[in-house]
Amino acid sequence: MSDTYYNPKDLKNFKNISEWSAPLGEAFFSYYQKVFEEGALSAREKSLIALAVAHVVKCPYCIDAYTQDALKRGIEEEEMMEAVHAGAAIEAGATLVHAVQMMNKHDKLSL
Amino acid sequence: MLKSLRSRAAPLASSTHQIKTLEGGGFKNATLRTFDEALKLQGTWPLKPRALDILQVNLGYMCNQTCAHCHVDAAPDRKEIMGLDTLKKVLAVAKKTEVPTLDLTGGAPEMNPHFRWLIETAREEGIKEIIVRSNLTILEANASYKTLPEFFKKHKLRVISSLPHYSMKRTDKQRGEGVFSKSITALQKLNALGYGNDPELILDLVYNPSGAFLSADQAGLEKDFKTKLETLFGISFNQLFCINNLPISRFLEYLIASENYDAYMETLIESFNPATLSGVMCTNTLSVGWDGTLYDCDFNQMLELTVESSSNHIDNFNLDCLLARTIRVNQHCYGCTAGAGSSCQGSLI
Repeated sequence: MSDTYYNPKDLKNFKNISEWSAPLGEAFFSYYQKVFEEGALSAREKSLIALAVAHVVKCPYCIDAYTQDALKRGIEEEEMMEAVHAGAAIEAGATLVHAVQMMNKHDKLSL
Repeated sequence: MLKSLRSRAAPLASSTHQIKTLEGGGFKNATLRTFDEALKLQGTWPLKPRALDILQVNLGYMCNQTCAHCHVDAAPDRKEIMGLDTLKKVLAVAKKTEVPTLDLTGGAPEMNPHFRWLIETAREEGIKEIIVRSNLTILEANASYKTLPEFFKKHKLRVISSLPHYSMKRTDKQRGEGVFSKSITALQKLNALGYGNDPELILDLVYNPSGAFLSADQAGLEKDFKTKLETLFGISFNQLFCINNLPISRFLEYLIASENYDAYMETLIESFNPATLSGVMCTNTLSVGWDGTLYDCDFNQMLELTVESSSNHIDNFNLDCLLARTIRVNQHCYGCTAGAGSSCQGSLI
């Protein structure tokens, strides 16, 4: 057992989740592989979306994996950072849009 | 400017030291599977040649560039150059064996003083395909070299050139400051002569990852390169070849210095793909060193792993003996069998 909650070596053992539930694990990995194939969106575009989401959900394993994937695909630093900003902007927007609820409540209760 | 391992008297300039490094660590304490063990598990050991389709000739280690990842440790300070006598013997072998392809590499092969003579003579002798692996910047080096694109066209050479990225930043980081701009100029000049458009004038590009990671899918990268180079610079080319960096020479030095070596080797081993074995270049290519010594591939040449055959030099070339040899392998061979595979002609599957 590691002394920390996150261990980089665990990423390589991700596939082991199938050991405790093969049907669900295998279904997930099959789905996962299919999602990232070339489709209406290119594999490159999906890789950038994954990189942005990895930051939004703050998954260090995903950030590790999709930074490497971006490098392999020749994706440039500016593109990577813009993707993260796109994710961050949605995340910030999701927080800020709740301010409307705050304002509505404020107005309802105020003279 | 970066200097060669040789001129810095770095320990890794020694092929013995490189092999010791490759055989150490996890391979020594048996936590990692050696390449020959991987072959044995697949029932593909010993690895044997299929044919001789390509004679790859290293015309010398001198180069006008000093790329950070160079497996040859090529640089302007390297003086090893193939002499005229050896070149004549190479051509005699090419003629006798009727090898379809003569693949010229270096260093910068154009820096060999007999380069033009070699091409003219090879054409007279009817060799079907001649490849020149040009670093592009040499075509912009001085007035004499600037006439080479016309010479290439005249002799219908197939040009294969390295361009690790369509951005200046990544290319210059790997190949040296100013390389990208000169490469773009050279590509535009080649295009103007018909290269990349005329079916008889083939221009291919080589993509080497600019760091401790493997290449992505070749078809996807080729599509991106074609779109970007056409849009940004009006450049067209035929194919993109993705070549993994093998853990030898200056790339090995980089891996160790950046503390990426262990992880990179693990990645190569985890990515081992048995389906690549039937197409690895050592099974249909022979590499000739600048002094005429024969090797299974250019990488083995740099590790000074001479062919395991009584015919081990251009002086005693015997095709039957060579086709019966066992190909010498070591841990660097995982670089050619990772993922979709890697060779001088790009991905294998």
